[in-house]
Amino acid sequence: MGVEPGRLQFSWISSAESTKFVDVVTKVTEAVKTLGPNQRFVKKEAKVA
Amino acid sequence: MVNYSDKIREISKRLLKDCKVDMIIGFRKGSVPMMNEPHFARTAEDVDELVWDSNCGINLANYLTDRKEKIGVAAKGCDSRNIVTHILENKIKREQLTIIGVPCKGMIDKRKIAGLVEGEVLEVTEDEEQINVKSSGGKKSFKKTEVLQENCAVCIHRNPVVYDEMVAEPVPEQTDVDRYEDVRKIEEMDPEQRWAYFDDLFKECIRCYACRNACPLCYCPTCFVDEAKPQWVGKSQDPIDIRTFHFLRAYHCAGRCTDCGACQRACPVGINMRMLTKKLEKDCKDLYNWEAGLTLDSRPPLDFYRPDDPEDFIK
Ligand code: SF4
Ligand code: SF4
Repeated sequence: MGVEPGRLQFSWISSAESTKFVDVVTKVTEAVKTLGPNQRFVKKEAKVA
Repeated sequence: MVNYSDKIREISKRLLKDCKVDMIIGFRKGSVPMMNEPHFARTAEDVDELVWDSNCGINLANYLTDRKEKIGVAAKGCDSRNIVTHILENKIKREQLTIIGVPCKGMIDKRKIAGLVEGEVLEVTEDEEQINVKSSGGKKSFKKTEVLQENCAVCIHRNPVVYDEMVAEPVPEQTDVDRYEDVRKIEEMDPEQRWAYFDDLFKECIRCYACRNACPLCYCPTCFVDEAKPQWVGKSQDPIDIRTFHFLRAYHCAGRCTDCGACQRACPVGINMRMLTKKLEKDCKDLYNWEAGLTLDSRPPLDFYRPDDPEDFIK
């Protein structure tokens, strides 16, 4: 579809793996931050005449 | 294919007379050329209207959903695969159906033909491999293979996979076609190009939902695009809303789509939304060695877990 790879990630984390969860969230957040604000799937504000 | 019509009528009359079925679902001539329409025949007179030619591109599995009657249904290769999917998804019972198998050499692309002739198309007839078109600008003939629907040109399951009776001997399957040339082209694009490609693909979409309505897989009582509580997707003509509708619908068809082409055929503006479903079809083939609707004996990959399912994408 044209979404940057890296903006979408999949992980399998059991409810017992709290440290893995923190780890993954941190990494994903960093990865997405380096990509910058999302430009895709963002609706432009409707113009009011 | 003329003899197909006769044979279908003959079988249908017998099935109705013997009370094997309550009705036959097939095709009759439409009010304009190249637009055969579904026909529900309950009497011998109704049966006389049944026809079969190269304009039967609508997928008749779409008319079986949740039916309670005993039904005889004419099915070409792709219809039969969608019937299998319907049975697997409990949308109809195998025992209710008498499947009249129709070996198929492809349906013709009405849009392409309209583009190749001058003026308005007035009449289209066919002999074995040739399509003759009479238009307000004159007469033209085409080889059928040159004017096939895109999906039919690369079809590798032209014969019905389930049937109770066949109207003719099976036709040879195509073995030398490259089904995914177009998909590979898109896979090779970078994200920018791909975004632009789909922007362009869907730019004419008027969100009439004809593609969804023609698709036998889209049988949910309330489609996600129609729900208001919660509202999953915006209802506007904004390109993002249009894109969201299309790609979510495609995902709902993953592992189920047979590339029958009914969606593309139904689109009033000629959008090839199959570029989304075809990618998913290719993925199912590559990842799970799965082609939809070929057998009643195994569950589709997305509703079944196998220990060796690929999971490289999970980190
Ligand atoms: S049939 Fe065509 S115009 Fe209508 S919603 Fe589908 S793609 Fe859009
Ligand atoms: S998505 Fe289109 S090609 Fe696939 S089964 Fe539905 S109508 Fe047929």
